[in-house]
Amino acid sequence: MSNDPQAIRRLVVLGRRYDRLFAIVGMMAMMVGILTLAVLLAGLIHDGAERLNWDFFQNFPSRRAERAGILSAIVGSSLVMLITAVTAIPLGVAAGVYLEEYARRNWITEIIEINVTNLAGVPSIVYGLLALGLFVYALDFGQSILSAGLTLALMILPVIIVSTREAIRAIPGAIREGAYALGSTRWQLVRDHILPYSTGGILTGVIIGLARAIGETAPIITIGALTFIAFLPPSPVTGDFPFLSFEWLESPFTVMPIQMFNWLSRPQAPFQVNAAAAGIVLVAMTLLMNGVAIWLRVRFRNRIKW
Amino acid sequence: MIRENPSQSSVGSGSIDPGSRFAHSVGRHVGERIIEVLLFLAAFSAVAVTIAIVAILVFESTEFFKHVSLVDFLTDTQWTIMFADKHYGVLPLLAGTLVTTTVALMLAVPVGTVTAVYLSEFANPRVREVVKPTLELLAGIPTVVYGYFALLMVTPALQWFMPDLPGFNMLGPGLVIGVMIIPYVSSVAEDAMRSVPASMREGSYAMGATRMQTSLRVVVPAATSGIVAAYILGISRAFGETMVVAVAAGQQPNFTWDPREPGATITAFIVQVALGDLPHGSLEYQSIFAVGLVLVLMTLFFNVLGHLARKRFREAY
Repeated sequence: MSNDPQAIRRLVVLGRRYDRLFAIVGMMAMMVGILTLAVLLAGLIHDGAERLNWDFFQNFPSRRAERAGILSAIVGSSLVMLITAVTAIPLGVAAGVYLEEYARRNWITEIIEINVTNLAGVPSIVYGLLALGLFVYALDFGQSILSAGLTLALMILPVIIVSTREAIRAIPGAIREGAYALGSTRWQLVRDHILPYSTGGILTGVIIGLARAIGETAPIITIGALTFIAFLPPSPVTGDFPFLSFEWLESPFTVMPIQMFNWLSRPQAPFQVNAAAAGIVLVAMTLLMNGVAIWLRVRFRNRIKW
Repeated sequence: MIRENPSQSSVGSGSIDPGSRFAHSVGRHVGERIIEVLLFLAAFSAVAVTIAIVAILVFESTEFFKHVSLVDFLTDTQWTIMFADKHYGVLPLLAGTLVTTTVALMLAVPVGTVTAVYLSEFANPRVREVVKPTLELLAGIPTVVYGYFALLMVTPALQWFMPDLPGFNMLGPGLVIGVMIIPYVSSVAEDAMRSVPASMREGSYAMGATRMQTSLRVVVPAATSGIVAAYILGISRAFGETMVVAVAAGQQPNFTWDPREPGATITAFIVQVALGDLPHGSLEYQSIFAVGLVLVLMTLFFNVLGHLARKRFREAY
């Protein structure tokens, strides 16, 4: 390299130019994802908005595209999510608490940790195969709301376990030492301190997990959910004693993503309008849930100063 | 480990009968043990799920391979299990999976890497705070919606440039899967780059390097194993992706390496069979477990690779 100041200045200018060029390329790469998201949303709304009216939410599927709606799919999705939440949240939080607060450093703990990591990487359709063999046939739950809810619960279990562990790990050790110094037992520490302080983080993980479950199609198709359901499951609340009925657990059902897939795989254009409209509802639900999760994460991160 | 000790709790409690105190303490201890066992069982359920997955896949696959030879399965170039003339070669499904995954990676790897470098080294922290969660939303959109996008928006757009492109093809779905996995790649790669110590950057700047030279010649090499782990995460996501391909690639097992042709992946075939509502115990029923086993083994292979890459990455500093 020469010592000529002119040459060095040229080199500096060239370097700056490359920097600016790369910044532009980087920004363009960043925009690929964001623009795709925008085009996808705009396209869906453009294609499906005309079908989005009150009837669409109140009607059952129909052979006539204009009269078809998503009532049974919305009810089905809600009931399946109920089973998923009731199963996955206690199981996942308990597992996370065990791994952070109770587990000794030994080979059993290591095996559990490896399994949680691996399960997070298993393709969702494999959970469908598991459910087909285990829930539908071996345990004979059939192609029911119960089978579907349990399948999705197993699928989101790793998400809840990991977020519970992260939330608990963020609690400083001084809290534990203080509780033990006052004579509390391990469970009292968990119940009165660890769980309340980690609620925000756990809730974030739960919402992200449920948002994934509500949009999941493949495992539900694999267990053989029907797509044409023009009735609602039996009501969980009845007029007679004991006023609660669990018949709906065994009922056939459809869910939002399956209804959309069904419309999408028909060649007629009017049904594809329905698919777009169902897509808008589905995307709105998942974006809303993810948005709430991000908001919670930011809010709890800013509020808690140990 | 900190535990209460029953024999050592007599400070300042003269009025309480020692016997009932001892009983209270034992009761507390038993309750604690029960809770610990329950929590352990919850954690162990992760192991139980893995065992159940492996057991079911292996059990049904064994039944399948009683009727179909493993050699045919691995070498036959036709998969026509739904037709009268049955062939059981997994290669067409494997080819479909590899083609869509390759197309996806050709988009996601460069875009994801450049995005990660930009966000980690160039962008204003406030931009990063906004862009990262926005990109994560891409990963949160239901895959069946991406199927709609691939079939009714991306493929027609591609046909504009390639008039010969059939309505069902593997190129459109592959590209859409690529967009879908950008956040996985960029987020993990960016975390790896940000964990490169600032002193390495400062050293580079002190030597007169520009921002781009520092990024590409110091930060990226130092974060290589983390970046590789990000790619492997993307690969395993693309492999297991189901709905985009099932909707937009045509569901026809097709032994080809040309992404412009229709095809089926392992996952799309499972969906196709499941939609047909086949009787429990039939050969078609067993076949989805056999191809499912292939899928799990391949995902496991990539997960192990990713684990090894991450291990090297941790040892770096």
